[in-house]
Order: sequence, then structure tokens, then C-alpha cells
Amino acid sequence: MILRLAFGSLIARALTVCMTILAIALSVALFLGVEKVRTGAKASFADTISGTDLIIGARSGTVQLLLYSVFRIGNATNNLTWESYQDIAQRPEVDWIVPISLGDSHRQFRVMGTTPAFFDRYKYRSGQSLAVQDGAIMVDLFDTVIGADVATTLGYKIGDPIVVAHGLASFSEHKDQPFRVSGILEKTGTPVDRTVIVSLQAIEAIHVDWKSGAQIPGQSTPADVIRQMDLKPQAVTAALVGVKSRLQVFKLQRSINEYPQEPLLAILPGVALQELWQIVGIAETALIGVSAMVVVTALIGMMATIFSSLNERRREMAIFRAMGARPRVILGLLVLEAVLMAALGAALGLALLYAGLFIGQPLIDSAFGLWLPIEPPTMREVWVLLGVVVAGAFVSLVPALRAYRMSLADGMMVRI
Amino acid sequence: MADTALVLQLDDVRYRWPGRTSFGLNVPKLLLQRAETVLLLGESGSGKSTLLSLICGTIIAQSGRVAVAGEDLASLSPGMRDRFRAEQIGLIFQQFNLLPFASVMDNILLPLRFAPRRRNRVKDLKAEANRLCHDLGLPEEALTTRAGALSVGQQQRVAAARALIGTPPLIIADEPTSSLDAATQATFLELLFAQSRAHDTTLLMVSHDARLSPQFDRVIHMADIAQTERGIT
Repeated sequence: MILRLAFGSLIARALTVCMTILAIALSVALFLGVEKVRTGAKASFADTISGTDLIIGARSGTVQLLLYSVFRIGNATNNLTWESYQDIAQRPEVDWIVPISLGDSHRQFRVMGTTPAFFDRYKYRSGQSLAVQDGAIMVDLFDTVIGADVATTLGYKIGDPIVVAHGLASFSEHKDQPFRVSGILEKTGTPVDRTVIVSLQAIEAIHVDWKSGAQIPGQSTPADVIRQMDLKPQAVTAALVGVKSRLQVFKLQRSINEYPQEPLLAILPGVALQELWQIVGIAETALIGVSAMVVVTALIGMMATIFSSLNERRREMAIFRAMGARPRVILGLLVLEAVLMAALGAALGLALLYAGLFIGQPLIDSAFGLWLPIEPPTMREVWVLLGVVVAGAFVSLVPALRAYRMSLADGMMVRI
Repeated sequence: MADTALVLQLDDVRYRWPGRTSFGLNVPKLLLQRAETVLLLGESGSGKSTLLSLICGTIIAQSGRVAVAGEDLASLSPGMRDRFRAEQIGLIFQQFNLLPFASVMDNILLPLRFAPRRRNRVKDLKAEANRLCHDLGLPEEALTTRAGALSVGQQQRVAAARALIGTPPLIIADEPTSSLDAATQATFLELLFAQSRAHDTTLLMVSHDARLSPQFDRVIHMADIAQTERGIT
């Protein structure tokens, strides 16, 4: 009966109670949403590369090399010469090696030169391989394979022409050597979805008539002539390496880091990711802190609502006291109401979160390349929800104790 | 040994509100017998509310003895006094008597929630609530109605049903008819008397209205049973 009366009392103050519940729900949805984005981003980053033992590039920062080679974020400060690349490829520890050449773009998407081995060796999400949803991988020099997001965003289909721009934010285009879409990859949830992939030789081919970052005036070599040329690359941006034995990883890493011919850097992707989390950890903690403060604010709002209702509810409390309710029943009733509000707010917040995920998942994926999985609540999230309810009970103790003292003082004789 | 015919006994009771030197109440003697109907008349500020609080045990006299159904209230712990009140006393207030958001049924059964022995005296809670409503002239469908949706007269009948359920030995009514019109007032009192007589219940009703006197077994004036002390506030 007490539970029913608590519900009844809440319903009698429906408008303010609904506002309070909504505030708690929004704060819970925000907190859990931040958690989802945080864990989703981590999982997405961690899933981006799998099965690669080392990433090699020009000497710079560990995180910088990881970001530009795998996530297409930022740029390389220098390249890795083709001679060094071949030298490393010949080392006995190396099982496979895939070159990556970055620098050009198409619309807002990065263009990456590589070898056909990339399609076999690049693994994501615990060892999944790339798959072609339409067409085939490059056969001709001017063939390109595009990621799923490139095809969706730009509406490309097999056979469509693509003109690559020189650099990342340049108005100069390699108009004389257009590419043809030969394949479209399945969606992976990785930066590959937003990449235009061409052959390593194609990167050389489109720069035949270029010198010092600009096209040589009046020079335009026909594509058929270019096809006959020796298009050996001068340098690559980075290389993904697989070793024959995991035991040799550190030995190979050390020898590359001490490479005498040029300053190189070899990184372990997992270790570099950990460094990245350490860097973003402060921002991550701040974000969690801010969203937790929003939850606390909503709970304090609930406390204020209960406080403001106390005076108008003195008659109600007096009736309870007259009927034999002890002051601690009054205290329990107010705490119970707060628990009900917090529980309803938490449940509604969870519902809002999932509604938001259903609506926002494809939008966030296309806008930021961040795939937020829609999965049942994790234990951590369940604990957060329980924490909100418990915190609601604790917060309500302040007005409940005041009501306790008021009911002791008023007894059953309140004249309002 | 306690006199079992006595439902209420006050002996040389003295009370002064804590922290207030302005008001004090002394009641040398007040006795109420079983099944007696008593009208307590008194002006505003004569100490009626303080007296009722003493009888209900929400405040305790600094000296003297307040006994309900033979039990000295001062000998009980605060928690036991609350339960004792629920077991022994049915209360009707002037107005705002009910929980407006709760159903009539929940309002009537509320005291039984805190009074297990009183509850055990009622075999079938719903049937008893229904019977009381019927006897007090409330329609059967009123039981599921929200109390706040009833008229003032109907609300007072529900309050009477709540006070009567489980047949407590003492019913205290604090100006229950003051917000009712004359016709409704008369009907309400008739129903209240009939129910209290049917269950041998003692009725102590507080009022300003001396015109009600002929309907009661006994009329007492606050001025006759109590001395109030007034100081400078």
C-alpha cells in the first residue's frame, strides 16, 4: 500500500515529477552516451588494425606514425626511401610487407597507393579480411578500388571516372590521368571505408608530369605512354610488416630503429594505441567528469523539487502521523519517492540512449566513421544505472530528514 | 488496577510547549467512559489542539498522567506510542482529512497499515470498508474513486469510515462538521453516533458550536477542565 501511495503522491504532482524524471533521464542518457562513444571509439580504433606486427615510417612520433599510416589522420613528416623499404623487405624475420603511399586526395577522401598484397594482408576486427562488394581489385594501372563510404557519399559505381587532386587541400588535379572505379569494398567500420586505393605505380604515374609539387607547364604524357614507363617508386609513406615469429618482433623493431642509412621508426600498433589512450585519457576523464556532473545536477534538481514540495505536503505527512505512521515512515516514503523517480529516470534514460543509438548510429558512422554497436547494457552500464538510483536515495535523505523533523514538530496538528 | 470502563483518563496533567514561555496547559482531571459521547467546547486558543495532541501521544506531558484504554502514554517509547495511537484512536479532522491522491479504499484502510491488532479484528478488509461506506451513505463505486474527487461532505464520511474501521475504543473528532452545511452536518453526526454506539466506541468531539450539545451524552468546556497559562511572548 505504501508503494501505491508513493506512486499516487508522485502522480498527484505529475508535472514537476515528470520534469524531474526527464532531467534525470537526459543526464543518464548523456552519461551512458558518452560511455558508448568512448568505448565505441576505443573499440573502433583497436579494431582498425589486426595481424600487423610492425608499422614502419620515417622517424617521427610513435602516435603520429600510427595516426597517419592507419587512421589517415595528420601527415608524414618524411618518407621511407624505396631502397630502405626493399632492404627491410629482404630481412629474414620479415614474413610479409605492404607499402603505403599517401599524400593525394579525392574530394574529402584520402588516396592511398599500395600493392595488391594490401587486400590479403590488411586485417581488421580480430583478423577479418577486406572483401569486395562489387567489381574487382585493380588490374589496370589507372584502376581504383574505393571504400564503402566513398562509394555511398559520392554515389560512385563500377566504371565511374575519378580524378585525383594533388595533395590534401589543393586545387591542382591530375586531370590528365583519370582513374576508373574497378571495385567497391564492403563496409569495414575502419578508415579503409573512406579511402581511395590505387596501385603504388599509379601514384608514380600521376606524378610523371609533376615537379616540386606543380605540374610542368605544357607537359602532359598520354596514359598509354605512361603505361610503358618504369614506374618504380622513389619512396613510400609507411609500410605494414608481418614477422615470421612473434619472438622476432622486438629484434626487428630495434634494428629498424637503429637503421644506419636513414632515420626510421618501427612501432608496435598495440603499444602505440596504448600511448594514444594515455594522451586522450585526460580529455576522456574530463568528458566523463562533465557528464557525471550533469547527472549530479539532475539529482540535486530532484532534491530541490522534493524540498519545495515539503511545505505543501505537511498536511499529507500529518495525516500519516495521525494514522499512526512513525516519523521514519515519512522519511522512508520520501526516500521511496526519490528512488522511484531516479529509477524511472534511469530507465527512461536508457530507453532514450537506445532510441538515440538507433537514430544516430548510421549518421555518426557516415559523419565520423565511428561505428557504435547497439548491444545490451554492459555490467558497467548496469552499475551506473544502479548508482544513479542509490545516489537518488542518498540525495533525497536531505529533504527526507527535514520532513522527518517537520513531522516530529507538527505531529498531526497542521493548520495550513 | 486500571478501570476497564475508562477509555481516557487525564490526572493532573501539565504541559508547556518547549521553548515557548507564552502558553501552558494544566488539566487536573478528565475521565471518559466506554461508549460515551462527549462534546468538548472551547474558544480558539483555549488549548484544545494541545489537549488532543496529549491524548494522541504526539506530545508528552511534563507531569501528570495521560492514559488511553488504561495505558499510560508516557510509559511507551515514541514508536510504540505511534502504533498505540493507530491501534486505539480513530481520528477525524476538520477538513483536508484525506490523502487526495489515494483512493477512498486506501484512505479507509490506511490506519490498519500501522495497527496490526486493529487490522486483525477486520476479517475482510474490502468488505468492511464497503460496509462502512454503505452505512455512512457513500455509494459503493466511491471506494475506487480518488478521495480528492469527492465533495467535502463525502470526504468527511470517508474520514469517519477510516476512524471507525477496526473499531478503536476512542474516536476523536476535531470540528468535523465545521465545513459542512446544516443538513449535511446533521446527517453526518447521526451516522457517526449510530456507528459509535453500534461498536461501543467512545466519541470525543471538539467544537465551537454549543448548539450541538443536546446530541451528546455529556458536554464539557475547556474552561472547566483546564487552566491555561499565558505569559509574555
